[in-house]
Amino acid sequence: MAEFLQQLINGITQGSVYALIALGYTMVYGILRLINFAHGDVYMLGAFFGLFIARLTRAQADPNPLKAAAVLLFAMIGCGLVGFVIERFAYKPVRKSSRLAALITAIGVSLLLENGGMLLFGADPKFFPQFIPARQFALGMGVTISNQQLIILVVSISLMLGLRFIVLHTRAGKAMRAVSYSHTAAALMGISVDRIITFTFVLGSMLAAAAGVLVALQNPKIEPYMGIMPGLKAFVAAVLGGIGNIPGAVLGGLVMGIAEVMVVGYLSPTWRDAIAFVLLILILLVRPSGLLGQPPAEKV
Amino acid sequence: MTSRWGQRLTLAGSLIVALALAGCGGGGSSSGKDEIVIGEYGSLTGGDATFGQSTKSGVEVALDELTAKSQGKIGGLTVRAVVEDDQGKPEEAASVVQKLINQDRVVAVVGEVASSRSLAGAPICQQNGIPMISPSSTNPDVTRKGDYIFRMCYLDDFQGQVMARFAIQNLGLKRVAMLKDVKNDYSVALSKFCTEEFVKDGGTVVVEQSYSSGDQDFRAQLTAIKAKNPQAIILPGYYTEAGLIGRQARELGLTMPIIGGDGWESSKLLEIGGDAMNGCYYANHWSLDEQNPQLQAFLTAYRAKFKSDPDAIGGLAYDAATVLFGCMEKLAAEDPATFAGLGSSKAGTEARKAATKKLRDLIAATANYQGATGLITLDENRNPKKPIVMIAVKGGKKVFETRIAP
Repeated sequence: MAEFLQQLINGITQGSVYALIALGYTMVYGILRLINFAHGDVYMLGAFFGLFIARLTRAQADPNPLKAAAVLLFAMIGCGLVGFVIERFAYKPVRKSSRLAALITAIGVSLLLENGGMLLFGADPKFFPQFIPARQFALGMGVTISNQQLIILVVSISLMLGLRFIVLHTRAGKAMRAVSYSHTAAALMGISVDRIITFTFVLGSMLAAAAGVLVALQNPKIEPYMGIMPGLKAFVAAVLGGIGNIPGAVLGGLVMGIAEVMVVGYLSPTWRDAIAFVLLILILLVRPSGLLGQPPAEKV
Repeated sequence: MTSRWGQRLTLAGSLIVALALAGCGGGGSSSGKDEIVIGEYGSLTGGDATFGQSTKSGVEVALDELTAKSQGKIGGLTVRAVVEDDQGKPEEAASVVQKLINQDRVVAVVGEVASSRSLAGAPICQQNGIPMISPSSTNPDVTRKGDYIFRMCYLDDFQGQVMARFAIQNLGLKRVAMLKDVKNDYSVALSKFCTEEFVKDGGTVVVEQSYSSGDQDFRAQLTAIKAKNPQAIILPGYYTEAGLIGRQARELGLTMPIIGGDGWESSKLLEIGGDAMNGCYYANHWSLDEQNPQLQAFLTAYRAKFKSDPDAIGGLAYDAATVLFGCMEKLAAEDPATFAGLGSSKAGTEARKAATKKLRDLIAATANYQGATGLITLDENRNPKKPIVMIAVKGGKKVFETRIAP
């Protein structure tokens, strides 16, 4: 029982990271019907921006909570800018073209970021400074949670709540929802569709950056290709929850994280990556619109 | 419009010509002057990059020594090393070895560290009759690939035995967990040998878990291990994963020792693992404080050149290179006519074939060679028998624990 609970905690932590990345996929899809394959690489950039700021502020030599917050914040701002640039220079020019063109552009951007990162940062893994020393808290019954796991949970939950607030209770959020219904109708109501799309990209990229920093804090090995697998899995998580649906992305992320940890813990670690795609195939067979997704309405 | 297209076409055309010319210049015998080209392949980048980097540094020290001794020449021919990066991938290792042999026309190859990659490169060297000396691949299968394949280190059957006996006799352990890397030939074989010996000596492996190289998160496996409450974890993997696993194990409240093999030997181990590695042990090829004059000479040269301490991987590479140079010198002295076949101008000829064959025979006859990593005598299977040094990590430092002779 203790083992199961411990695995559950590991799974929820892992899942909340997937959820943060999945949110970016799902928001962009909701608004543009575009699968932004470069999203996983923005997550990688988040970890590297975090590394630079941590080195700049000497966070490891003299750690304090303020610096940790600064690392997270500046990584998020940096990736927000990257998201802005990607949208402006890669996706906007092809927005009026076919969806296939946009998809191929997304793959191109992804390859550019990965190999550009390889050129810039080098291929050998870097080690993220451990400016928050790990500490364990016993939860009883032999189950422990580390302060890093707690930080991941707390930060990702607050970011998700923040996102929920933005989408449901601000003008920009209202505009996002309007744009996701219909670009034309939203434009007729006086909403600047371009600006909302840019806003969505920036928001999604910031969440990915946060995920990158949080993961790097826990698993300090970072390298330019680190975004590929988490990116793919978060995409599966978004589809699992119902792509385009924000609570769905969170649910999908958690399901994925828990499933993965349980498979490794009780079956075999070679199944770790397979389980994501088994889940994807299952959901596409049983409920193609995802756990919380609405089946597409027939338009006449 | 047409004129612009014309310009572009001309540009593209001239580019193609330029590339083709560059291609010709790069391949084949690049210069008229005769020299001896040796090849080296290793992981200069990737998850276990220090393996390849240390190997490169070790060979560089050997080359510097040759420069100081005889202007970098053997038998009147300058020795040049071509280094290729296999990015830590076996398939890449096979293609760079192919390139070393076909394009650079090397006479011998030094490499690899990781057994998976030596196993990929060895058959190609064997087919082409090019001697390959793996400095530090411990998997027994490596030298079984053929009679042109040698190594400078001990084997995993012995290493596995030593790790198991060390756990039972020196640490007094009875119940251990085994955590191996299923994607890694070295790890799979070493864990098998270690388990066999451990069970034979009366211990039990209470839980066996595995991971794949490149994994980041090991909490699920460690949680499963924790549930069985073993006295130690045996982790025959590479340093990156060992460091991450150590860290995560301590985080989950697993405070027992973790015991590893020579795959842990890297300056990065403690950088990644940090304080979590305290109280861990691993099998190694040397310890830096040994009173071996050859080792101390290598240390002085290495420190002067790189301003840091070498790891055993670098030491073994230095030994591989010096054994190779020694055999070439011997060939030049004993049989100058055959030796001339090693020159780059003889690439692809029968003379070259005869020369590499003779070189192979000389390497195979290596006996009582005093290297930086100890005395090297190759047996009929082209493997040396060398003692193992167990290293303990204490207070963030690697210290000598005990030496176990074969």
